[in-house]
Amino acid sequence: MQEIIQYLFSGITTGSIYAVIAVGLSMLYSSTELINFSHGEFVMLGAMGIVTTWVHLALPLPLAFVLTVAAVAFMGMLFERLAIRTAKKHQPITLVIITVGASILLRGVAMIIWGKDPFSVPPFSSHDSIEIAGAALVPQSVFIVIAAFILAGAIHLFFKQTLTGKAMVACAVNKKAAWLSGIPSETMGVLAFIISTGTGAAAGIFIAPITMSSYDMGTMLGLKGFCAAMIGGLGSLWGAFAGGILLGVLESLGAGLISSGLKDAIAFILLLLILYICPGGLFSAKISKRF
Amino acid sequence: MIIVAEQKRIFIEHTLFIIAVILCGILIENTYYLQIMTFIGINTLLALGLNMLMGYAGQVSLGHAAFYGIGAYTTAILSTTFGLSPWIALVCAVGGAIFVAFIVGLPTLKLSGYYLGMGTLGFGMIVNITFREWSSVTGGSSGFVGIPMLELGSILFEAGRSYFFLVWGVVFVAMVLCRRILNSRMGRALRSIHDGENASMAVGVNTHILKLQIFMFSAALGSIAGFLYAHFVMFISPDSFGFMVSVKMVTMVVIGGMASIWGAILGASLLTLLPEVLHSFQEYEMIIFGLILMVVMIFMPQGLTRGLIDIYEHSRKSPKKSV
Repeated sequence: MQEIIQYLFSGITTGSIYAVIAVGLSMLYSSTELINFSHGEFVMLGAMGIVTTWVHLALPLPLAFVLTVAAVAFMGMLFERLAIRTAKKHQPITLVIITVGASILLRGVAMIIWGKDPFSVPPFSSHDSIEIAGAALVPQSVFIVIAAFILAGAIHLFFKQTLTGKAMVACAVNKKAAWLSGIPSETMGVLAFIISTGTGAAAGIFIAPITMSSYDMGTMLGLKGFCAAMIGGLGSLWGAFAGGILLGVLESLGAGLISSGLKDAIAFILLLLILYICPGGLFSAKISKRF
Repeated sequence: MIIVAEQKRIFIEHTLFIIAVILCGILIENTYYLQIMTFIGINTLLALGLNMLMGYAGQVSLGHAAFYGIGAYTTAILSTTFGLSPWIALVCAVGGAIFVAFIVGLPTLKLSGYYLGMGTLGFGMIVNITFREWSSVTGGSSGFVGIPMLELGSILFEAGRSYFFLVWGVVFVAMVLCRRILNSRMGRALRSIHDGENASMAVGVNTHILKLQIFMFSAALGSIAGFLYAHFVMFISPDSFGFMVSVKMVTMVVIGGMASIWGAILGASLLTLLPEVLHSFQEYEMIIFGLILMVVMIFMPQGLTRGLIDIYEHSRKSPKKSV
């Protein structure tokens, strides 16, 4: 029992990080119909950014957080402007290869800047762990889960309450109609990239104290983010969030109770099951077209 | 008349191909170059198979390295652990890959677009994790050592000239086979799926069976490539069959130019040679590779074969205009 609770705690912690990655991917997909295979690399840049700004430069944590997110979001904007915009009219497969090329490029850049050795980041808070039913709960985990919820909530409010957010939703629903009613859909595309890569960077910052950060950590995180987004239903914000948490919990339980070798496979087995049984995802309201 | 001219063209192309292979095999003395040419051959097989699926049937697979790996690991396990003849292992490898393709393709090929990509990606990752984690059989992440060389009668296929001819011989057979399929009724049906699946269903093409058949065919080519790879390098590890390899295969097809057999050879050659050339840049290798990938796709989304032809035609047209 005690073990299971412990697995649940760690599962929810990593799950909320997957959730933030999935939210970024899912949001970008719904507004630009693009699956960004370099999303994991932006997560890695977030983790490496916090290594530099907080650990090496010793800036205060909030400042380091804001700086890293801003820098990565700026890179996301550059990526959209230079690569995606110039090639926008082509088939999905070309765009997929462009994003794959970008992920190799970013990994190469990170390898030169930070080297091949992994870095560790100290926990964000130095409080002692709390004991619940015999399982230890690290305050750090609570912090990460709350931050993930705040982030997703902020994106939710942005879409529901602000004019810009509503304009983005309009673009996602029907780009041409949105354009006809005076919404600059190009600007909305850039904005979607900025928000998506920014949340990716935030996810990277959250994961930095939990695992070692290195230049090649991004690919797997990105792929698991896809799985989470697919499980919850591509294009739905809270669906992707729930998919992330579910993936984290199942991964942690599977690794703990069955075999640790299974850990990475769980995400992909779930992905296949979802695709075969209900391709629209578990929490998606509308029935998704399999286009 | 047109058919006769077409047959003549194909005959000339095939003859030129055979002459080129024989000349390369005889004239190249350097074992390093022969080795690279052999790798190009293996990659061409992979690209040919995937090209049938992507270029002609229009189905994207992001997990094709799985079949490459199944071919390599089947022959490694059967011929090393169980001491069977590699040729029996080849039959098992191809049979196994076709069987897996059937089981996986049955539900997966009902999906389309990104969903199909994600489904095949998931399959590829699961196979790769199996290679990595089932260490009692596959040797785990440290790899599988001691795969025997190929022997046929008195010929021993060593890494060198004989292996070069073996691989390119197989490539030639595969090429002819692909051509035959494409010029048959099946090939025309395949192209109709690419142009519009609903339309081809409406005229009576059983698209699901057809897609499944072509998936199995490309899996078979992938596993043959895996077999040749395993007996060539004699050491395999899960890294050679991971997600990035699947992506590389897709890139070969797209960069060379989809729906073109020569495009597959061009793409395979470029993606095999490029890392060798970039080795001298050491740590800048990844940056340059990523950049080239992006730039080619941004400016020549139809692939290099199409892109270069366009540039050539453009340059021929423009002087005329000025006159």
